[in-house]
Parts: sequence; C-alpha cells; structure tokens
Amino acid sequence: MPVIDLANPTRFLAVVNRVLPWLIAATIVLFAVGLFGAMKAPDDYQQGATVKIMFLHVPAAWLGMFGWALMSIAALGTLVWRHPLADVAGKAAAPIGAAFTFICLVTGSLWGRPTWGTYWVWDARLTSMLVLLLLYFGVLALYWTAEEPGRGARAAAVLSLVGAVNLPVIKFSVDWWNTLHQPASVFRMGGSTIDPAILTPLLIMALAFTFLFVALHLAAMRNEILRRRVRNMRLIQAQELHA
Amino acid sequence: MTPFRALLLRDMRLALRVGGGALMGALFFLIVVTMTPFAIGPDLALLARIGPAILWLGALLASLLALDRLFATDHEDGSLDLLMMGPLPLELSIATKAIAHWLTTGLPLVVIAPLLGLMLNVELRNTGWLALTLLAGTPALTFIGLIGAALAVALRRGGLLLAVLVLPLTVPVLIFGIAAANAAIIGPTPFGPPFTILCALSLASLVLGPIAAAAALRHGLE
Amino acid sequence: MNLGPHADFIVAAYAVTLFVVAALIGWVVLDYFAQCRILGDLEDRGVARRSQRKS
Repeated sequence: MPVIDLANPTRFLAVVNRVLPWLIAATIVLFAVGLFGAMKAPDDYQQGATVKIMFLHVPAAWLGMFGWALMSIAALGTLVWRHPLADVAGKAAAPIGAAFTFICLVTGSLWGRPTWGTYWVWDARLTSMLVLLLLYFGVLALYWTAEEPGRGARAAAVLSLVGAVNLPVIKFSVDWWNTLHQPASVFRMGGSTIDPAILTPLLIMALAFTFLFVALHLAAMRNEILRRRVRNMRLIQAQELHA
Repeated sequence: MTPFRALLLRDMRLALRVGGGALMGALFFLIVVTMTPFAIGPDLALLARIGPAILWLGALLASLLALDRLFATDHEDGSLDLLMMGPLPLELSIATKAIAHWLTTGLPLVVIAPLLGLMLNVELRNTGWLALTLLAGTPALTFIGLIGAALAVALRRGGLLLAVLVLPLTVPVLIFGIAAANAAIIGPTPFGPPFTILCALSLASLVLGPIAAAAALRHGLE
Repeated sequence: MNLGPHADFIVAAYAVTLFVVAALIGWVVLDYFAQCRILGDLEDRGVARRSQRKS
C-alpha cells in the first residue's frame, strides 16, 4: 500500500488501529528500561541526585519543540500541498506539544530551585520556552474556538509557520546570550559532553517520550477524524430533518 | 493617483474622522501612564527607574487595542473583499493599510511619549531617547500585530484572541526596545546594538507581516 | 534509593510529569470512547455517512 493511501482517512484509521497497540507496548518497554537506568544513574558531583530531573526536563523540552516543528510541517501540508489529513495532524499535535512544553517549564523550575536557588529567571532560554507555551495557547485558541474546523485549521496553520521562528531562537539562545541556563551539552559540534552513565538513560528516556508522543498523536488524530465524521453526520441529519 | 496613494489616504482619512479611533490610542496611552503611579505609589525615583518600561508597555497595549479595527470595519462592510480582488496585490494593500494605521495610531504615541515621560519623572533629555526607540519599534508592533488582526478577522473574533496571538510575537520588540531605552538612559551598555536590532525587527516585519497576514486572509476567507 | 537533600523537588518533578502524561492519556482515551459512542448512536438512528449513502 503506497504511502499516499494514508491520505484517505478511512485507510489511515485502519493503519492506526493496527499500529497503535505495538507503539503502546514499545513505549511501555522503553519507559521501563529508561526509568530503571534513571534510578541507577550516578549522582552528579555538583548537583547530587537532582540531576535525575534532567531525564524528564530535557526530553520534554525536545518534544515541546518537536511538536511545534510537526505543526509547522503540517501547516505546509494544509496551506501549500492541500493534504487532506494535514490539518488533523496539526490540531492533534498542538495539545500534546503544549503539555510537554509545560512539563519542561515546571520540571525546569523544580530543578532550578535547589541548583540555582531560584524557581524562575528571565534568561533567554527560559523566556523563549515560555513564549513557545504562549504561542501554543494561541494556536489552541484558534483550533478550538473557530466555528468552522477548516477555517480555524487554516488560521492555526499560518500561526504555526509564523511561530516557527521561535524554534531556532530557543535552540541557539544559550549560545547567543551568555546567561544562567547551561549551554548545549548533548547536541553540539565535537560530540556530547555528558558522562555515558547519565547520557544513556537520557537518550532512552528521550526515545520513550518520543514513542509516547507519536502514540498519543496518532490516537488524537484518530479521535479528530471520528469527531469530524460525527459533525458531518449531524449536519446530514439536520438537513434530512429540514427536508 | 496611484492605488497605493489612494488606499493610504482613504485609510488615514477614515482613521482621523470622529469615531475613527486615531487619537484613541494616544488617549489610552495617557490613561495607562496616569494609572501607573496610583498602582505603584508616587515614589519618584522608582517611577524614573521603570519609566521606560511603563511607556513601552503602554505603547504595546495601545497598539494592540487599535489593531482590532485594522480589518474589522472593512470586513463588515465588504471593502475587504473588494481589496482582495483589486489592482494592488493583497500583500501591498495590507502593507498600505498598516502604514496608514501606524501613521494615525503609532506615530501619535511617539509624539506624546516625551510628555508622558515627564509625568513619570524621566529626565527631559532621556525622553527624547525613549521617543526614538518607540519611533523605531512601533512599526514592528503594527506589522507584527497585523498577523493577529488578520487571523482574528478570518475567524470573526476580535479582542482578546487578538491579544493572545500577538503578544508572544511582540516579545522581541519589547525586549530590544527596553534594552535600547535603558542603554541610553542608564547605560553603561551601548545604545547601538539593541537599537539597530530594533530597526531590523521593524524592517523585517514590514516585509513578513503583510505576507503572513495576506496568507491568513486568503485562507481564512475563502 | 537515596535522593539526597533535595528529594522533595525530584519527587515533585516526577509527580507533575506523571500527572500531565496521565491527563493526556486520559483525554485521548475518553475522547475516543465518547466519539465511538456518539457515532454508534447516530448510526443506530439510521443516519448514514455520505460515502455510505452513495452506494
């Protein structure tokens, strides 16, 4: 079955129904391994055990940004290529990405209090992540308050593309402005600077969270397709009653 | 008369008429600045310290409120549809409306900023620098706000949705505007870099704002 | 497992994450059941989908 067939909602639902159980199983296994590795990870010589918060905070940050990137690509699908499922993909990704951004901000704050001494500081990276959360709220407002789903989706698509400007700002903010948040230590030229005993559980947790994101996203897309079917059927019902 | 000039003059005339909202922005700005000492207390040193910030926030909020009317009235009476079908490319029509909007709403803010600065105990010399940063930054606020206005009119919702959409996008303008103002007033950091970045933001939004707004209108109103 | 002097923060972080993830899963699952139920209701009442009516 060629990939283009996935553009048909019914076939897409069939694929999701088959794939989702495996995704969920894989997610559970990855979390089991990742959490075990997180428990076993050694304490950082400076931060002590609080480094264990990193196993939540960093994947959440990556997935918050990944969610917006996904929405931007879906936006191109909606506005440029007119792919039928593109706006479904974008609408489904928004709450999940927003939730992960929220987790990133809260776990970061809880990590900052014992290590930096403060719950919050207005440095470049924290501020741009907060702006990302606000942008998510804006997109959610557009998706959920529009009277016609199609119109709201197109408006949200435009905002997704405009807000994508924020993603490089987040990534490079710790390089451009030398402030409190630590600079990049995983994805940088010359390789990572984290000890493998901590890096490995981090990468496994990141993979586990990513699988979770994808599973939630596909399930949410399925729900959105069903919701649109309900709406269409109700419209037909209303027309038949009127006729 | 070129279409550009015709549209520009039309929008400016409409804005300057009674009920057109041109000077409402400046009035709102004045009211916000007046309310601030009631909230913070009359401590003059404190007011002088945060004066630039109050003026920038006031200008931001005043711009935001005025943006509502950028497309709404045209959409209601159908002239937006005419503009979309007219001789000018939609991006250019939008840019023209935005320029007219800034001339009638943004520029008055810049003009009364020195007076309001004096009310906040900012020194006269420094109010000039403040006004300069506002002059460089308010176009960015208008052109970025365009995007939110277009999205809101496409969905027939205004007001708070517009604010929620626009405010996160204007954060960089606010940051660099305040940085430039504080650099000029308090120092010791140089005025040049944040000011040039502010100008760059205005110029970039001059181009990108109308493009995004046109996309929003086209897709939203089809 | 000794979490050191800042154990409360670590526990709180994991608790918040668990809560948010559980809320996401709950939302997705409950929404699925709700949509299926409504679709079932509509089909029982004889409302057919556009693609089914064409056949």
